[in-house]
Amino acid sequence: MREPTRMVLTDEGPALVSGPVEIETPDGGVVRSDRPVTALCLCRRSRRWPICDTSHRTKVREGDRPC
Amino acid sequence: MLIPTARGPVSEAVVEALRGGPVRPVDPDDPYGDDLQLALHCCYELHYRGYPGVSPDLEWDPALLTLRRELERAFVSALRADVPAGDDVDAEVAALLVEPVGPQVRGVSHHLHRAGELWQLREYIVHRSIYHLKEADPQAWVIPRLSGPAKAALVTVEHDEYGGGTPDHMHSALFAAMMRELGLDEAYGAHVDRVPAPTLAEVNLMSLCGLHRELRGASVGQFAMVELTSSPGSERLVRGMRRMGCGEAAIRFYDEHVEADAVHEQVVRRGVLTPLLEAEPELAADVVFGIRAALHLGDRLGEHLLGCWERGESSLRP
Repeated sequence: MREPTRMVLTDEGPALVSGPVEIETPDGGVVRSDRPVTALCLCRRSRRWPICDTSHRTKVREGDRPC
Repeated sequence: MLIPTARGPVSEAVVEALRGGPVRPVDPDDPYGDDLQLALHCCYELHYRGYPGVSPDLEWDPALLTLRRELERAFVSALRADVPAGDDVDAEVAALLVEPVGPQVRGVSHHLHRAGELWQLREYIVHRSIYHLKEADPQAWVIPRLSGPAKAALVTVEHDEYGGGTPDHMHSALFAAMMRELGLDEAYGAHVDRVPAPTLAEVNLMSLCGLHRELRGASVGQFAMVELTSSPGSERLVRGMRRMGCGEAAIRFYDEHVEADAVHEQVVRRGVLTPLLEAEPELAADVVFGIRAALHLGDRLGEHLLGCWERGESSLRP
């Protein structure tokens, strides 16, 4: 039997999937990711949905920590 | 790559040694200053690509290593004095994952996103080139100092930085392509003489922590800081570059980092930090030191850039 694909559901954000993956979206499109690990957006806030762009992070207005 | 021009007696001593002269004793002054940081940069460069016409043997020259050690001690002492100590890695990571937003946030990527001009972006990229043209190299030195799951996860991220086996996808190659698109010289080392001490200090911290096994926790901390904070900053740069009318070929480097570093954050937290601290809990204080020292030097560079630009001045050396 084939080894199952392990997916990690994080508590704060995306689901992590190993290996190159193709993701079929509801509109019939296919998004391919060749990364060793892909972070799939579950919160739908990503501007690059279905790929995570860290938009799930907590935001504070007018912080002063330079980036 | 040319041997840089000395900026004072300490860097003069190193440059003279590179040119084949004897290693003179030095008396380091300002640990964050141009003279010491350039001297340290040149010492470290012998461990990366070296200099044409300079004997590769100088990499392990005892007199030059003794001098380098003195400069490193001055630099580390200053960092230890200026960075508050701590050992709560979870709290440190949680703080990095909170994203300040709004028009008042002060930061280079925020400025370039909102209002930066193309000449400022080009200057920013010149500063960044000191690291990005050897992206991931300083952290590669920490690999043999780790073991088990932390090592495997760190290599997963490094592998991605090196293009996953495709040379054209190496992040250093994407950075060089962006420089070409923006009309900047992408040759390795081309801009060292033009960048000031705060730029060299950031990269010197990476080399320092990579080359000293004693500082492997700090190396991982520095790496974690970059991987945890880079995705939102890269998104701001992408949007700023689009606003400035940059083409897709120029934008690709930062565009790639939005997605790549969203994943790297997860791999570094779950795959590197957690197992590393389970295996070696005594490294927690050094991980925090690496995070805070990197933030401290990043703030210094950010203030230099924003301060110069607010005065309408170039942030580069003449």
